[in-house]
Amino acid sequence: MTDPTPSSAPPKTAEAPRRAWLDASGAARIHPVARRAFEQALDDGWADPRRLSTEGRRARALLDGARESLAGAVGARTEEVHVAPSHTAALHAAVLGVAAGRRRAGTRAVVSAVERAAVLHAGEHAGLDVERVPVHRTGAVDTEAFAAALDDGPTALAALQHANGEVGTLQPTGAAHAATTARGVPLVVDAGASAGHVDVGAAWDVLALDPRDWGSVPGAGVLVVRRGVRWRPVAPEDEDRFFPGGPSVPAAFAAAASLEAVLADRAEEDRRRRALVDLVRTRVAAEVPDVEVVGDPDDRLPHVVTFSCLYVDGEALVTELDRAGFAVGSGSACTSRSLEPSHVLAAMGVLTHGNVRIGLDRETTRDDVERFLAVLPGAVARVRSFLGAQAL
Amino acid sequence: MSPAVVVDARGLRCPLPVIRLAAAARDAAPGALLTVLATDPAAEHDVPAWARMRGHAVVGSEHDEAAGTWSLTVEVSGQAPAA
Repeated sequence: MTDPTPSSAPPKTAEAPRRAWLDASGAARIHPVARRAFEQALDDGWADPRRLSTEGRRARALLDGARESLAGAVGARTEEVHVAPSHTAALHAAVLGVAAGRRRAGTRAVVSAVERAAVLHAGEHAGLDVERVPVHRTGAVDTEAFAAALDDGPTALAALQHANGEVGTLQPTGAAHAATTARGVPLVVDAGASAGHVDVGAAWDVLALDPRDWGSVPGAGVLVVRRGVRWRPVAPEDEDRFFPGGPSVPAAFAAAASLEAVLADRAEEDRRRRALVDLVRTRVAAEVPDVEVVGDPDDRLPHVVTFSCLYVDGEALVTELDRAGFAVGSGSACTSRSLEPSHVLAAMGVLTHGNVRIGLDRETTRDDVERFLAVLPGAVARVRSFLGAQAL
Repeated sequence: MSPAVVVDARGLRCPLPVIRLAAAARDAAPGALLTVLATDPAAEHDVPAWARMRGHAVVGSEHDEAAGTWSLTVEVSGQAPAA
């Protein structure tokens, strides 16, 4: 084999516009450690971990090691950790399994009004009467109302996310867990938006993590069920009671390895991205007219920031920004496949239209953010002019 | 108090109902009542959020489920909106 000659290199073309990935919530770029671990596990752990051959045992050892590492990261026992095919599947299993295990204890679920759709839908799917507890303007749940709702009737489970992934606000899981524990109700905590970024703490009975949010490969979610929580399978019998068919060993291994990696330099990444979020919050409020930056300004995730612009079609703005090279998210109805606006923004009482959600991953640079801030006011003005919304 | 001026934004997608309402509010006297009719479900949330940001007050909110229409009434603020 000879190296390709330099003359075979493709001719230089006009440079494509530089892209900035600012939509990293639940979709971070792949961490190099996750990529390496995944490839290693494809080499060493490709076999079915249920088989008794040497190859099968090697895959089993990788999976067990991944569960042990994940357990260590959240302060759980290895046998309490179950690897799911996705974060959504983990949340479904959390709610459906606890609802089944506690069928006799109650038919209600007490949840914050800003839980992920997977939690709300799973509660309804389980046939539970899902009581959505109101949140403050910041998105934080009203803890007194949450505790009071637990007393409204026999309750199978309560659910409160650790942080809201749409607006970045941290939730008072400590107070909620104290209230649920006093009443003997298990608390399901969705830490999908926070794990790998901030300490998820110990105020939970069932915990779900999303490896995609900290830069692992697709194909794994993490469910942790404390010993003593009544959980019953809702799927047909399988060796893996939690996730029939068992997990992807390479995805589980990559999730565990990359979580260890991001926890190792979390403080530094926290400082770096928190400063970028502060920059976005300050400059958007100062430089874009008729805008509201939403979510708690202090008690929040380090890497998520959301704002809503009056008189702006969210879909048009996302498209305009994408054309300029910036991928952003949005909770506006017109940008999703449903006609309903974001239930999170609606519950907070903030504008659901003209919404932009920025999620920063570990590769996002200050330059990406500065360039975004430079084009944003012009993009908003253009989209407003399409709708004839000037001087309002 | 004079009856509310009606802004008919039925059939318009977000954020047009709020834009029509804001245009009417710009030309209205302080204390005037404006009622916006909308079929886009976002209006139920966005009209109160707009009113809060602009210092107007929502004084009525009705939902006609059969017609799929929201009817929201705001009282225009006495203060000039922020520039």
